[in-house]
Amino acid sequence: MDYFVNVTITGLTQGMIYSAFALALVLIWRSTRIVNFAQGSMAAATTFIALALIQAGASYWVALIVALVSGFVLGAVIERVIIRPVEGGPELNAVIVTLGLFVAIQALIAIIFGSSFQSFPTPFGVRGFELGDTTIPLTPTNLYVIAAVLVTMALLVALFRFTRIGLAMRASAFSQEVARLLGVKVGGMLTLGWGLAAVVGSLSGLLIAGGTFVYPAYMDSLIVFGFVAAIIGGLDSPVGAIVGGLILGLALSYVSGYAPRGSALVTISALVILIGVLLVRPGGLFSSSTARRA
Amino acid sequence: MAENHGATAVSAAGKSGTAAGTRLLEVENLTSAYGPVRALDGVSLSAEAGRITAVLGANGAGKTTLLRTISGLVRPVSGTVLLDGQDITKAPVESMVGKGMAHVPEGRGVIAELTVDENLRVGSLFRGKVGKGEFDRVYDLFPRIAERKNNAAHTLSGGERQMLVIGRALLAQPRILLLDEPSLGLAPRIVAQIFGLLRQLVDSEGLSVLLVEQNARSALSVADVGVVLNLGRVVVTDSASTLMGDEDLRHAYLGF
Ligand SMILES: Nc1ncnc2c1ncn2[C@@H]1O[C@H](COP(=O)(O)OP(=O)(O)OP(=O)(O)O)[C@@H](O)[C@H]1O
Ligand SMILES: [Mg+2]
Repeated sequence: MDYFVNVTITGLTQGMIYSAFALALVLIWRSTRIVNFAQGSMAAATTFIALALIQAGASYWVALIVALVSGFVLGAVIERVIIRPVEGGPELNAVIVTLGLFVAIQALIAIIFGSSFQSFPTPFGVRGFELGDTTIPLTPTNLYVIAAVLVTMALLVALFRFTRIGLAMRASAFSQEVARLLGVKVGGMLTLGWGLAAVVGSLSGLLIAGGTFVYPAYMDSLIVFGFVAAIIGGLDSPVGAIVGGLILGLALSYVSGYAPRGSALVTISALVILIGVLLVRPGGLFSSSTARRA
Repeated sequence: MAENHGATAVSAAGKSGTAAGTRLLEVENLTSAYGPVRALDGVSLSAEAGRITAVLGANGAGKTTLLRTISGLVRPVSGTVLLDGQDITKAPVESMVGKGMAHVPEGRGVIAELTVDENLRVGSLFRGKVGKGEFDRVYDLFPRIAERKNNAAHTLSGGERQMLVIGRALLAQPRILLLDEPSLGLAPRIVAQIFGLLRQLVDSEGLSVLLVEQNARSALSVADVGVVLNLGRVVVTDSASTLMGDEDLRHAYLGF
């Protein structure tokens, strides 16, 4: 029983991180119809910025804030300078550009920060809370990860639901031409959208790094799981990204916790889950292709 | 008929600062092309303040291209567009609504994923904070969409969508409204209702309308002036009543 709870909590925590990464992909896909393959290395870059600050003596929290802000700037600048010129062209162009960015940013990280393994701190302990003399499998770090993602998502929901700029962003994402005719500065909204997506992506990179080692390609497995989560959810749906991330996190945790030689099976299981979902619902769990007309 | 409408429009047009009958929107020698295809070929026309100007023509005549070029979605090869004397040929699309021109595109341009109320709010975003009273006024004009306020816009019927996009355009407080085939796919009763409302807004509030229609009979019955477009060129411009009475022209270009 204890073991089951432990595996479940691990799964939820990992799942939250996958959700955040998937959400970053979905935000960009919805607004610009581009699959941003560079999301992972953009997040890695900001994690290395945080690490450099921490190594220079800054607190974790200062480093976290600076990393998220630089994530925003990086996302916005990439949209304005690199993506904008290829937008509206053949769809494949933008995708190839993000693939190129993925490799280029990773190489840049290696040049600037080196390619050795470096340990990344976590602000909270990884030992379970103690209730009397039993230790429950929930750790402060679990709580921190889950809370950080939930707070970020709540802020995003509030932005999109309750603010004028959020409404303008949604209008731009759904119908650029109509939004433009209604006086919405669509270009600015797309830049803002990329910036926000990069913040969420950076958060996932910082959280997955906590308490482990980072190197230029440390995001690679998160990238795979984040993509799978986004596609399970339907790529078009923020709720889908979150649900997809949690499902995947739990499923992979059970596989690695219960199956014989489970940890070796994790990546393959992700693929099996992906194919299973797509066979039943080709558009993903939360696809809404019918709503997308007129 | 046209004279009557003109007379009532004078008093109201004072509100928008342009006397009725003066040229609010002027299109001069406009040519637009899609690659080798010339969709507009030296089109000149004007829409007067406080009037409804109908642009009529068959499929492919260039009606949609005309409106899209006026609002900047299509950039012309040559020619100019003037709004109240100001050259807006190269102005960004986003700026048009701020200059007093609202364009309701072909196919209506409802943002399907947003609710009815959110669609209306997008229409007023560029103005900053807008009082609730203005929304209530739109809902009073169109009680049918008021009932659907919190529904996703893709659940609306064709007629309701048309009401929504016209209401949304009105929230921009335009001086001139560009409408691309509002009658398309609607029952005659709904068309009559919507056109009647346009007439009322023009007469009582000094709104000006540039109405693009294939449905020439309905359009001419509400318009003051008609412009017939064929293969990207203006064939004739005259008062709506004169065009109505010209049987040869109706048969040749208007299909009724
Ligand atoms: N995006 C486009 N690319 C290429 N050609 C186009 C495009 N849009 C319109 N055309 C062509 O330009 C011409 C005018 O088209 P336009 O849509 O302006 O006509 P319309 O009068 O609005 O027709 P309808 O009544 O069918 O809406 C047609 O020959 C059309 O095929
Ligand atoms: Mg058309």
